[in-house]
Amino acid sequence: MLPPDSIELADLAARWRSAYVHIPFCRRRCPYCDFAVVAPGDANTANLPELRDSYLAALHAEIDMEPEWEPLDAVNFGGGTPSSVGAEALGGLIDHLDSRFGLAAGAEVSIEVNPEDVTEEMADALVARRVNRVSIGVQSFDDDVLETLGRAHSSEQAAAAVAICQSRFVTGIDVIFGSAGESLASWRSTVERAVELHPHHLSTYALTVETGTELWRQVRAGGKAPDSDDLADKYELAQELAVAADLVQYEVSNYARPGNTCRYNLATWGQGEYLGFGLGGHGHRDSVRRRNVRSVAAYVAACEAGARPEAGSAVTDDPEMERLVLGVRRMCGVDLGNREAAADSHPGLERLAAAGVIEIARGRLRVLRPLLTDDVAATVLSLSP
Amino acid sequence: MNDAARIRNFCIIAHIDHGKSTLADRLLEATGAVDARDMRAQLLDTMDLERERGITIKANSVSIRYTPPGGEEHLLNLIDTPGHVDFSYEVSRSLAACEGALLLVDASQGIEAQTLANAYMAIESGLEVIPVINKIDLPAADPERVADELVGILGGTAEEILTVSAKTGHGVTELLDAIVDRFPPPEGDPGAPTRALVFDSYYDTYRGVVCHVRVVDGDLETNADIRFMATGLTATADEIGMHLPADTPVKKLHCGETGYLITGIKEIDLIRVGDSVTAAKGGADIALEGYSEPKPMVYSGLFPTDGDDFERLRDALDKLRLNDSSLMYRAETSRALGFGFRAGFLGLLHMEIVRERLEREYDLDLVATAPSVEYEATTADGNMVRVSSPQDLPDRAVLESVAEPFVKVMIITPSDYVGTVMELVQNKRGEMGDMTYLSPTRVELHYNMPLAEIVFDFFDQLKSRTKGYASLDYEPGPYRESDLVRVDILLNSLAVDAFSTIVHRDKAYQYGRQMASRLRELIPRQLFDVPIQAAIGGRIIARETIKAKRKDVTAKCYGGDITRKRKLLEKQKEGKKRMKMVGAVEVPQEAFISALRIDD
Ligand SMILES: Nc1nc2c(ncn2[C@@H]2O[C@H](COP(=O)(O)OP(=O)(O)OP(=O)(O)O)[C@@H](O)[C@H]2O)c(=O)[nH]1
Ligand code: SF4
Ligand SMILES: [Mg+2]
Repeated sequence: MLPPDSIELADLAARWRSAYVHIPFCRRRCPYCDFAVVAPGDANTANLPELRDSYLAALHAEIDMEPEWEPLDAVNFGGGTPSSVGAEALGGLIDHLDSRFGLAAGAEVSIEVNPEDVTEEMADALVARRVNRVSIGVQSFDDDVLETLGRAHSSEQAAAAVAICQSRFVTGIDVIFGSAGESLASWRSTVERAVELHPHHLSTYALTVETGTELWRQVRAGGKAPDSDDLADKYELAQELAVAADLVQYEVSNYARPGNTCRYNLATWGQGEYLGFGLGGHGHRDSVRRRNVRSVAAYVAACEAGARPEAGSAVTDDPEMERLVLGVRRMCGVDLGNREAAADSHPGLERLAAAGVIEIARGRLRVLRPLLTDDVAATVLSLSP
Repeated sequence: MNDAARIRNFCIIAHIDHGKSTLADRLLEATGAVDARDMRAQLLDTMDLERERGITIKANSVSIRYTPPGGEEHLLNLIDTPGHVDFSYEVSRSLAACEGALLLVDASQGIEAQTLANAYMAIESGLEVIPVINKIDLPAADPERVADELVGILGGTAEEILTVSAKTGHGVTELLDAIVDRFPPPEGDPGAPTRALVFDSYYDTYRGVVCHVRVVDGDLETNADIRFMATGLTATADEIGMHLPADTPVKKLHCGETGYLITGIKEIDLIRVGDSVTAAKGGADIALEGYSEPKPMVYSGLFPTDGDDFERLRDALDKLRLNDSSLMYRAETSRALGFGFRAGFLGLLHMEIVRERLEREYDLDLVATAPSVEYEATTADGNMVRVSSPQDLPDRAVLESVAEPFVKVMIITPSDYVGTVMELVQNKRGEMGDMTYLSPTRVELHYNMPLAEIVFDFFDQLKSRTKGYASLDYEPGPYRESDLVRVDILLNSLAVDAFSTIVHRDKAYQYGRQMASRLRELIPRQLFDVPIQAAIGGRIIARETIKAKRKDVTAKCYGGDITRKRKLLEKQKEGKKRMKMVGAVEVPQEAFISALRIDD
């Protein structure tokens, strides 16, 4: 079994084909969320069950519009809240993807879930429909923090959900740090609790103020924005606790046990190809990156009319550069390829190396301090072939 | 029309914002020079910067035709001048091309400092002055009081003062008649060899150098062979015309007239404002009295952010100088910033305007260093050196003394604020001179003050402490010895010459602390801790630290949205490009500009 942070695994992942399917429905909109979400109270949501049905029909139509492809190594349902449409509907989509493209042997079929939706029955139903991996939006084990984050579940519900999933799926826990009022001690106990539950995978995300969100409005009105030093402290603390619990960091925000890395994640940063279905979905196929519309009405209307619900697409102008700026996020680093000569004695990279942020050896650039990855990527962007 | 008796050359002068440009609008309108549909407020303020800031920066000339009731058509050449003290050189040059001046006074504000300064300048130049009270439409207008103040200053009687509203147009016809009646016609000799004064110029990408000229003797004809008397440069008058206000070619500019002149001259540095134009053969022997070069008040370094732009900057300065003869510059090298220019300005606003014009009109990205006045340093061996760049101050070991320029300051304020003004002036090392009551409620105060204290924020403070009622004017005085020291700023232990400043010892500590803490805010965190120190000689007087950057990474990219991620990184890369490397520290261009905005 290849270690999560090995070059071999990363190279393998770059060739995996995956599909992302977006399910936008949520009980309510979390204040920090800028995903393509449909929540009660939004425009055109007077009849949600009907909207859900037409959305699912549109998804099926979109899958039919995609030209044939090789079998998929990974299918990932994200959202929104994928569990909101029920195991039957998800199973129908999985079957459809299978019949259209095929699922490779051992394919990863994963789904994002919110703790409050996880029941034994649902978990069993998902297993029956070939789901073999879940990532649970735990966010925190501190109920005050959960409240600040505007989440609908409690820490106990989260722990129960993990327990249910643990025996059935490759289980990942997602947590967020940096919300207002979250102390370092609170974050410590969240991570400690998370690793005690012995998940297969752990994702730790820094709370980000995205333009247009409720959180952004609060910050603009004078509310407290996440502090960058506090975020750094918490990031490093999580790193320390995760590694102590034998989780291996393989990407800026992700840890896994051997054999449990997230394929879809590694493929994304490995410049792999993926199909993106659903509202706001992003696809990458044959060097073209395309993105779908974010309005649910426009999405459904396009699919119903037999047109691709595309909002735009672009041919990657410099694929080698793209490979580099994505690849640096992986702990195994990235092969400098045709930029190797330029990287040699580049003043910006030299400064980063001198400060211990990166290491360049045998034509490979590795980020040693992942908290500074964007600085590295922006510097790499100035390398000419 | 070529009879000098029917020509009037005059300018409009006033304190800032008293309505000169708006009055010019009404004059253009009343004489039909501009169609109603082309009219817009402050029409002569054509530069983007003038329109954005609502102030006149450049003097603008325009010719209009006016026929008084029952009389003959007259040609009126009017020059609208700027009111801000930094641009008074524009006023003095304009005066030399005129026989008359309209002295405008805001009916609600009364006489202010530049009203007096400009009035004296006009009188000294031998101009006929017509006092005009403007804005009489304002509810707060008090024309009687203002008339009293004017009579007190200029003499004459209240009956000689006109009242107008440049907003409503009230009194404009009477004003036009007074211009014809009371201003004398030009006195030149139409039969003498041609002499024309170049009173302004600018560079036009399509037409090359355009000179604004006033024909004093003889006439100037299209295609004539001409000679610039100071430089001996010869050329052909390719195009001659008038500003009506649109540039309109004419065959000939007659004696007494004002217009423009285009030649094919490429040597733009040989065109001098103040030069005289005459015929190439058999021209005049004696040039007209030109202009004395103004002495810069403040100096600052101008450096291109991109070192490769040095030559472009030189070219831009050469061209801009055609249009701004008060701009002085010479090449300078800075350890921190590389090759650039040391430039002299008439004040901070002037400095800001020049920098903005260079950036906008010539598409440059510039870093400007801390403004400085020019000091006189005397070394132990008795030599005197002029120091306009703090880095040139001789070493302390050989430095005997330093003298700084003082200025004679005039402040006009309502008498209620006399105490406040005195306190402020003392704070700025000023010495009280005399005090005159212009009227029972308004006072004219005189001081001697170090120029360095005036140029930076004195004016803003004066305005804010007197609720905007006080106004200020100053003129150079003699140098005086002061206890001055140079404060250096060290970034990561490296002195950054661009931030060095010469200040009075009493203010050194405050300056050092302020600068260090400001830079801490302005310079982004780096990969390592960066100490910022302020030092006099080897002694550290203030210290701050920019903590090393710890986090610069975004969370996951949503749903595989690589494109957005790329865009953000590209932006970050562009940001890096706008940084100047100072030693190992990346300093954003904005830091140089913002750090130098000194306020208390
Ligand atoms: N109410 C009223 N406002 C006026 C009158 N004349 C000018 N203003 C206003 O006063 C302000 C300044 O007018 P300008 O014509 O730009 O003044 P200026 O003297 O040319 O100013 P500088 O060129 O910057 O010295 C503008 O807002 C005008 O609209 C007037 O007669 N009445
Ligand atoms: S549940 Fe997830 S997708 Fe839905 S609003 Fe909250 S954060 Fe966004
Ligand atoms: Mg004006």
